[in-house]
Amino acid sequence: MTEKFLTRMGDGERVSLTAAEIREDLEAGNQDAADRGKIPALSADEIDQLFAIVTDPNRITGVKPGNEVITTDDGGPNMIVCDKPDGGVGLPMGYHNAVLAFERLCCADTIGVGHYDYSCKPVKSLINYEKQRYYMYSQAVTAPLIYGTQPNLGVYFKPDGPFPNATELIPEGKIEEGQRAQEAAAEALTEDLIYIAKELYSAGCDGFNFDTCASAGDADFYASLKAVEAIKKIAPDMAIEMGMASEFILGMHSEIEYQGKRLAGMYPTKQVKVVEAAGADIFGMAVNVNTSESFPWNLARAVTFLKATVKVASIPVHPNVGMGVCGVPMLEVPPIDCVTRASKALVEIGKADGL
Amino acid sequence: MQLTRRMKIDEAKKYVAAKLGISVLDLSNEEVMCQVREDLDIGVISGPAVATKGVAARCRIAKLLDISIHSVNVFKEKLNAPLTPAA
Repeated sequence: MTEKFLTRMGDGERVSLTAAEIREDLEAGNQDAADRGKIPALSADEIDQLFAIVTDPNRITGVKPGNEVITTDDGGPNMIVCDKPDGGVGLPMGYHNAVLAFERLCCADTIGVGHYDYSCKPVKSLINYEKQRYYMYSQAVTAPLIYGTQPNLGVYFKPDGPFPNATELIPEGKIEEGQRAQEAAAEALTEDLIYIAKELYSAGCDGFNFDTCASAGDADFYASLKAVEAIKKIAPDMAIEMGMASEFILGMHSEIEYQGKRLAGMYPTKQVKVVEAAGADIFGMAVNVNTSESFPWNLARAVTFLKATVKVASIPVHPNVGMGVCGVPMLEVPPIDCVTRASKALVEIGKADGL
Repeated sequence: MQLTRRMKIDEAKKYVAAKLGISVLDLSNEEVMCQVREDLDIGVISGPAVATKGVAARCRIAKLLDISIHSVNVFKEKLNAPLTPAA
């Protein structure tokens, strides 16, 4: 009887695959990334390494001693106190205690804090509360404290925001109106991001995380890049991490450019270069999981993208390793077998500078 | 080192290890690092009650690693601001 190995699908379902099936999926994921990103595929040796990681007989795995990396966090304390829709566990404790628990119980390298409604637009109106919170936590923790928020251009469109809704205009064939609406919304978003960062900087903010950049497409990405450019001038000692929403920039606008480069259609090797040009300090690559494909397929795809991105990057690259990204199945409680395998592969083969 | 100087992981580890006077391998050796952190008083997960923590620990880390940490600078500014009320 052919030996089968326990692994999972992208939606977390446990499956048993033969060695041949796993290798086929590793190659297919690898090739998919190489074709789409126009980047080198992983070598045969690297596929063998991936195979060994995926088929490790133990429940969990880890990097070899000496290969450890740090993590930049995007809301660990939020997970402790928030509710299910935010992937949280709803512990009835104050946020301050959650921050300290994350630092000391979870041994966090960095601590990400943010507003419960983790988008930029709601933060602006209660910025003083956020400054108070940041300052108080900052006095108590030793690890670097990073304030995170999602640019989230989508909430600037009607009915949530003041601007005409591009997702309604475009299907009606009103392409130019849709583009103008996105440009106007992007300008407002850039302004808000700069305002928030400047205020937090005055409270001593050491790091700012732009979380899920480009979630609403190229105009969203553009707004974030322009904001980073401005923030680096007014807050030179505040590190900025730009974490992406996807490996591919959706062309909702399709013609918007940053420093002469069209943003629509960019994959991570190009994304990192505009992020560097804007002045960000860390690039948080994201590769979305295809829930219909296997974990080996998704992992190989993520590692292929990562390896090529690290090679061209002059700043540290920290791939996002949460549910539904960089190989980790799309589950609210990500399975530890996949999380540890993905972490090992991204660090030892992809050469991530952190996670 | 990644946040303040954009160092890639290998360079960052070499830098910190050199500043601490230990090997790169020992950076993730709990036995070594707990002692190093306690000896340097730069914050340790389960340290004694009066061990330095928080922004004070970060002040020491900034000095040790020879880096500028913004929250430390803001703290020192407040600490050293004159007591005379503004006119």
